[in-house]
Amino acid sequence: MARSVTTQRKIINTAAAWSIGFLIFFPILWTILTSFKTEATAIADPPVFLAFDWTLENYEVVLERSNYARFLWNSIFIAGGSTLLGLIVAIPAAWSMAFVPSRRTKDILLWMLSTKMLPAVGVLYPIYLMFIKLGLLDNRIGLTIVIMLINLPIIVWMLYTYFREIPGEILEAARMDGATLKSEILYVLTPMAVPGIASTLLLNFILAWNEAFWTLNLTAAKAAPLTAFIASYSSPEGLFYAKLSAASTMAIAPILILGWFSQKQLVRGLTFGAVK
Amino acid sequence: MGQIILEKVSKTFGDVEVIPPLDLTIEDGEFTVFVGPSGCGKSTLLRLIAGLEDMSSGTLKIDGEDATHVPPAKRGLAMVFQSYALYPHMSVRKNIAFPMRMAGVDKAEQDRRIEQAAAALNLTDYLERRPGQLSGGQRQRVAIGRAIVREPEAFLFDEPLSNLDAALRVGMRLEISELHKRLETTMIYVTHDQVEAMTMADKIVVLRAGHIEQVGSPLELYHKPRNSFVAGFIGSPKMNLIEGPEAAKHNAHSIGIRPEHIDVTDSGGQWQGRVAVAEHLGSDTFFHIHDTGLAETITVRATGEVGFRHGDTIHLTPRQDQIHRFDASGLRVE
Repeated sequence: MARSVTTQRKIINTAAAWSIGFLIFFPILWTILTSFKTEATAIADPPVFLAFDWTLENYEVVLERSNYARFLWNSIFIAGGSTLLGLIVAIPAAWSMAFVPSRRTKDILLWMLSTKMLPAVGVLYPIYLMFIKLGLLDNRIGLTIVIMLINLPIIVWMLYTYFREIPGEILEAARMDGATLKSEILYVLTPMAVPGIASTLLLNFILAWNEAFWTLNLTAAKAAPLTAFIASYSSPEGLFYAKLSAASTMAIAPILILGWFSQKQLVRGLTFGAVK
Repeated sequence: MGQIILEKVSKTFGDVEVIPPLDLTIEDGEFTVFVGPSGCGKSTLLRLIAGLEDMSSGTLKIDGEDATHVPPAKRGLAMVFQSYALYPHMSVRKNIAFPMRMAGVDKAEQDRRIEQAAAALNLTDYLERRPGQLSGGQRQRVAIGRAIVREPEAFLFDEPLSNLDAALRVGMRLEISELHKRLETTMIYVTHDQVEAMTMADKIVVLRAGHIEQVGSPLELYHKPRNSFVAGFIGSPKMNLIEGPEAAKHNAHSIGIRPEHIDVTDSGGQWQGRVAVAEHLGSDTFFHIHDTGLAETITVRATGEVGFRHGDTIHLTPRQDQIHRFDASGLRVE
């Protein structure tokens, strides 16, 4: 790629990239700004951008009205738990599909991915009934399991593509060198796959954190995570834009910070191992 | 001791029989080369010996012991792969130490063997580097180093030089030959390059479609190929194979004559043709000759510089004592 790029072109590209980036980020920025406005300023027409009286009252009200810590803990529990559980199931699955594939491996992979094409609401009814029977409604563990299962195809696929990048000959070399299956995985495979496992973990954590459909439908008060916390401020009657924004900001802040510090791994994860 | 005996060993993948049952004995200390066109099963055969593939039937004996169901690591064999298969996250030192670490060799002994191997392979200055920081030739030497320190019964090489450029390949070929002379350990070497086979081997095993076509020393294969396939495969440029009336004169279905066994003159030869391409190397001159009425192209290798050019008429005389005769099934007729 020894293509020479003129300075002018560089400036245009940079400007375009920043504009698009700003456009995408704008709703989040607007939410954050609104959270510092009064309810009246929040719906002012024309809208006020920066020149308003900054206030923390929305945060005070939200913190007073709801138990933020509990929602936060539920989010961490569900996102973290479903990610770890998913990895425990997906790592061996992806190992076997990548290194000892059978004739059906490709079909299984496609079939798994096809479940992601199903509208989630299509299985809501059976899952809801199962949850009632098992007494798992509004239960953190139940939700963790469902979200793990929902994201499992993505985890398996991602790990599978990463593992496929590891040349089989290196594993065979380890086998010839006297490594047992355990040492092969411990000393050769895992160190080589660490970047892939890290990106998978991060992306899955974010997906689970943002999951709203199942959390809203399967929880009430006890097990509700931050997505439910936001939803509780979105009421059709009454004007609570500023409070809704404050709740949203508090819900997305942890994941936004996590995402900021792990950009590199995330980008690698989102390209599904296609870019080396 | 590293004698390897294969008895009725076969391999099938699903319904496809890649290697029909075959027998082969590799003597201790021998440098054996498996050679054949791509897809002939030579790598599969090596992987069966290594234990990286399971045999469909038959027995493998290493050093007189049945090793058919012994896992790869316990067979006492070391393998050098085409892609080198180094561990990218480990330094050269750790790569070479890995098999010893797995075997629980104590640290002092590990270091002694690493220093020794590194000195022999010119790697002493590179021990702390990662494989990614090495050239292709150096990586290959690390792979060989990793094999040496195990002090194996036998070395297995799977096309180890095919990722290297031509100049480096000649150098590494010599290094591996020297290594064999020094260690006197059994080596099995897979290649599709018949020059590598001819220059390195004590014994060549020519394979086609999983069948052993011939086993013999390089010169046996050159002088007495068992069939027309081996005749065409061993030797460079390829032997000319001629069918039809000219072969009938020799009482054969086809005859073969190597390019270096045809004399060229500008008149009075037994055959004549037109020079299509003349390759002047200085030491030799190769002619690709058309319109001989014998075969589409006859290749001739003349020693030194011979002045025929494209389009010239050329006269050819085969040396009668160097004509190989084959029957209709391609088998050699004495």
